[in-house]
Amino acid sequence: MPDQPVVHLAGVDKVFARGDQPVTTALEGISLDIAQGEFVSLIGPSGCGKSTLLRIIGDLTGPTRGEVIVNGKPAEQARRDRDYGMVFQAPVLFEWRTVEDNVKLPLEVMGASAERRSQRAAEMLQLVELGEFLKHYPWQLSGGMQQRVAIARALAFEPAILLMDEPFGALDEMTRERMNSEVLRIWEQTGTTVVFVTHSIPEAVFLSSRVVVMSARPGRITDIVDVDLPRPRNEDTRESPRYFELVTAVREALRHRDSGESGGGAGAGDAGLASAERTMAEGAVG
Amino acid sequence: MATAVATGRAPRRSDPAVGASRRRQAVSFALLLTAILILWEGLKFLGGTPWRAPGALPGSPILWNPPLRWPFASDLTLPHVWNILLAYAQPWQPGAHAESLAQKLAEAALYTWRSAAIGFVFGTVLGLILATVFVHSKLLERALVPYVIASQTVPIIALAPMIVFAFGANVVSVVIIATYLTFFPVTIAMIRGLRSFDPRAMELMRSYAASRSQIYWKLRLPASLPYLFTALKISATAGIVGAIIGEGPGGISEGLGRLIITFNQYYITGPEKLWAAIGGTALLGIVFFVLIVVAEWFVLRNRRPAQAA
Repeated sequence: MPDQPVVHLAGVDKVFARGDQPVTTALEGISLDIAQGEFVSLIGPSGCGKSTLLRIIGDLTGPTRGEVIVNGKPAEQARRDRDYGMVFQAPVLFEWRTVEDNVKLPLEVMGASAERRSQRAAEMLQLVELGEFLKHYPWQLSGGMQQRVAIARALAFEPAILLMDEPFGALDEMTRERMNSEVLRIWEQTGTTVVFVTHSIPEAVFLSSRVVVMSARPGRITDIVDVDLPRPRNEDTRESPRYFELVTAVREALRHRDSGESGGGAGAGDAGLASAERTMAEGAVG
Repeated sequence: MATAVATGRAPRRSDPAVGASRRRQAVSFALLLTAILILWEGLKFLGGTPWRAPGALPGSPILWNPPLRWPFASDLTLPHVWNILLAYAQPWQPGAHAESLAQKLAEAALYTWRSAAIGFVFGTVLGLILATVFVHSKLLERALVPYVIASQTVPIIALAPMIVFAFGANVVSVVIIATYLTFFPVTIAMIRGLRSFDPRAMELMRSYAASRSQIYWKLRLPASLPYLFTALKISATAGIVGAIIGEGPGGISEGLGRLIITFNQYYITGPEKLWAAIGGTALLGIVFFVLIVVAEWFVLRNRRPAQAA
């Protein structure tokens, strides 16, 4: 079945009801197919349910209605089969484990041999360029380095899908750009399917093969922007006219539905970011 | 932390800042002790029994006659510090070959500590088991925690004779009483501690399809260790109190409990001895406590130093 999508969502709703409080519809009528090896970003204003959608794909919470099929099986089965690598906004490293032992954690849980654990941990830390920090403890690393350890840990057991929930949201802009390039390099090397939640338009465009634009209250998919920028992408990509067209397209897709406060605010902020980014890139080249 | 990242080196806790804070701690301890001694002897200077030479018998020359007479500062209620210190060197009971009080106290303290430590270990294990059951079963937690709390409101002096009656006048009873007093802090702290993990870490473990026991050993338990050590510090001292109280009805003659009862009965003839025994008991408690602190430092040595990063 070469055409079977890795992630298949059909008519997914998510309703939060807590006690006698009013019911919140977090997601409504979400249908989306993600193909093998794709890099898909979910973007939208706060409260549009993009993180909830990611958690539904990863079976960390269930949908109220609808179908979630991952690798041809229900999401719960996919989780039991360890098809998911998760990366959160915070690194969520275990402070009592060294960097190396943190990366080994999923392999330990999955019963890999000691030999394979060490080998994979070394490989993955090499991949995120932290090979010298094996014996360090997480608190001895900077925020960006900690997040790279989290990525190494997520990739250690070669999951079919990498789910990333605003992984660089807490990092400064320069570190974030470096991490973006790094994620692309890793994605190109591993061929993993990535679902990536972000609220940064430039980040979404730079990374993705498709950007899924969502609106809030209720969370719906309003648009899907195909990103046809050539690969491999690098710092030059960020300065190409096509890149700016696509950033504008995504921004407009966001504004289109979200004519209220959040859409306008986000648009203005991101325009500022894009130009700041440009100056930085020029600075780096010069 | 910036330097650690730059050099790729792991900073340890042997920081000069940590050393300085230890020194400050020692100095403030010494200052407080001096202040207590000055207060103690100051009260006796103003309103105590007429002062005589250290260790002198009544009737020997009076060195200082305090202007006032306060009952709480008399030689009977508040013996001179030097007389208490002297008492350590003197025989613990009248007799030609009696050991010194210090030696007797040290032996008794070691004996009591053994029962206390065994009770402490049993209590810790029992507390851990109960807390583990409770965090995995809301139903059992709701049903049983009230009884755990009720168990601690019953005074141990009421329970001790019953325990001795049931298990005999021997060390077993003493250990049971020490266990009874130590399991409680561990249970309560670990119900909290075993839930103190980062919820996202739990989601991570769920995404690995980790089993309950893997989640317990790799996440819940390590995350709870700071809580455990806080509880162990409380139960270390509680265990000693339990052992001492248990030794009375338990009919144990080798421990601190018997010694304290004896010195109580003969208080009129030697108040310094009871004070000396109290000092020895306090020291035992401090030593046990420090053992836990050292263990805590060792076990948690690689975790983020509080607020230092």
